[in-house]
Amino acid sequence: MSRSFTPSMARNIFYGGTVFFALLFLALTYQNEQVLPTRDNRANLTEKVAAGKKIWETRNCIGCHTLLGEGAYFAPELGNVYKRRGGDAGGTEFIKSWIQAQPGGTPGRRQMPQFNLSEKELDEIAAFLKYVSEINTSNWPPNIEG
Amino acid sequence: MQFQSQAVSRFYFTAAIGLFVAQILFGLVMGLQYVIGDFLFPAIPFNVARMVHTNALIVWLLMGFMGAAYYLVPEESETELYSPKLAIALFWIFLVAAALTVLGYLFVPYASLAEWTGNDLLATMGREFLEQPLPTKLGIVIVAIGFLFNITMTVLKGRKTAISTVLLLGLWGLAVFFLFSFYNPDNIARDKYYWWFVVHLWVEGVWELILAAILAFVLIKVTGVDREVIDKWLYVIITMALVSGIIGTGHHFYWIGSAEYWQWWGSVFSAMEPIPFFAMTVFAFNMVNRRRREHPNRAATLWALGTGVMAFLGAGVWGFLHTLAPVNYYTHGSQVTAAHGHMAFYGAYVMVVITMISYAMPLIRGRAANSSKAQVLEMWSFWLMTVAMVFITLFLTAAGILQVWLQRVSATPLPFMATQDQIGLFYWLREGAGVVFLVGLVIYIASFFYNGGEEKTAA
Repeated sequence: MSRSFTPSMARNIFYGGTVFFALLFLALTYQNEQVLPTRDNRANLTEKVAAGKKIWETRNCIGCHTLLGEGAYFAPELGNVYKRRGGDAGGTEFIKSWIQAQPGGTPGRRQMPQFNLSEKELDEIAAFLKYVSEINTSNWPPNIEG
Repeated sequence: MQFQSQAVSRFYFTAAIGLFVAQILFGLVMGLQYVIGDFLFPAIPFNVARMVHTNALIVWLLMGFMGAAYYLVPEESETELYSPKLAIALFWIFLVAAALTVLGYLFVPYASLAEWTGNDLLATMGREFLEQPLPTKLGIVIVAIGFLFNITMTVLKGRKTAISTVLLLGLWGLAVFFLFSFYNPDNIARDKYYWWFVVHLWVEGVWELILAAILAFVLIKVTGVDREVIDKWLYVIITMALVSGIIGTGHHFYWIGSAEYWQWWGSVFSAMEPIPFFAMTVFAFNMVNRRRREHPNRAATLWALGTGVMAFLGAGVWGFLHTLAPVNYYTHGSQVTAAHGHMAFYGAYVMVVITMISYAMPLIRGRAANSSKAQVLEMWSFWLMTVAMVFITLFLTAAGILQVWLQRVSATPLPFMATQDQIGLFYWLREGAGVVFLVGLVIYIASFFYNGGEEKTAA
């Protein structure tokens, strides 16, 4: 690098650039907060859904599954599982009975643990997955298989 | 070693390597579970193995960064560490907390662990990479505050250099952004948005400052190039890293309920994220070519050059591969992501920590460099681990492309598990490469104990 370009110039560009783009990021984040209510399905964010999110977290579901594409890649995407498994015509029932039937026990096949959830907890996790399936994700995933 | 107190980093480096071994062993367990689904079930379900795999990685990298700081800062500041005793006390706190956390993951059902550790008071658990129980998270904060106090006081009482300033900025940023791990709103779209303030602003933000500072320090030491030249490079690299990386966070916001404009912001800025990594590669090779001395520690030089190249490939090239929104629409949450994650973490952060260990450990042990035979072993481990990681990445990329095609592009898309059955071959190959990686790691550790025909040089 040329001699006329000194370390202190480089340092000033670093601080200036970082502050500028950090502020821009904050502005975009503020703007994002304004957009979120139109996309995040918050009208349906009931206490039951919030309780379901807690079950989702305390059973570490994200340790095997993805949710809106984030998580582990060992087991199916669950952001749209409610719709994949019947939607309003049976999605909730499918999710509940699936969780209750685990582990499948087929030798050599990936196994999901049995979490011994109560009927209330099953309703809550299903409500959470229904809620997530109605978030506007810009049409992701590309198809129902997730 | 110029200052006695630099020796505290030995604790951190040793524990880091120990956790590295745990990380790899659990990685192999998971790799096998990908093809033999019920392997070790229900004793160690996949999610438990994954928590150990990723959390061990995070903790050992943090240990490595701390060890690097404890070694680097006194030397840059030309003064003893503010409090070596504090550094050692914090080490034991951190190690015990990490060990208890791992034991908790392995032996307590996660829901019970959450209940016993106060997750009902403040729910922070069960989110990817932030699975740690509340006391562990608080422990991390306490250790980080004590560590930053110690390091900052050392810098303040001594010489201030560009390297120590950049390192401090990175470490403070690391601690500050970790605080977002305590924010967990019920609204999952918002939860995911701010979750990235920890994850992305760490690995594609402030950690790059730490990486660049450590690399610059080692390059000054092994090449003897003027500090002025190195400082300029350092600032230019981290400017490009943050200018591209901060707004580049947007590449995570495409499909999680956030605003659609992120598809533009995220694509444009994250497309520039490879530039600082490319600059880092040029920097490393340029400095080594212009070296003014032949440092006897050739292994450390090899790791430093390797960091540049592999960080560029893993973080830069493999990141770019799937960062543009129209591409990411298909690859998001597939094995392509896993491929990128593996080589980026190895190439950037694992390798820079090993670079520092490789440079500093011989000095801490009272010699400028290890015997040439020990260095040859270390270089073997470099090539085995690095080539194994390249193949892990290639196999996962192949698996990912096939997965995307079969499950998301094809006119007759297959369900997830049917797709997984189709790509099993690549998972087997990845597991094989993983075993080679483990062999490399064993040789790496052996190189510390190998002192055949030791040629001691004054440190």
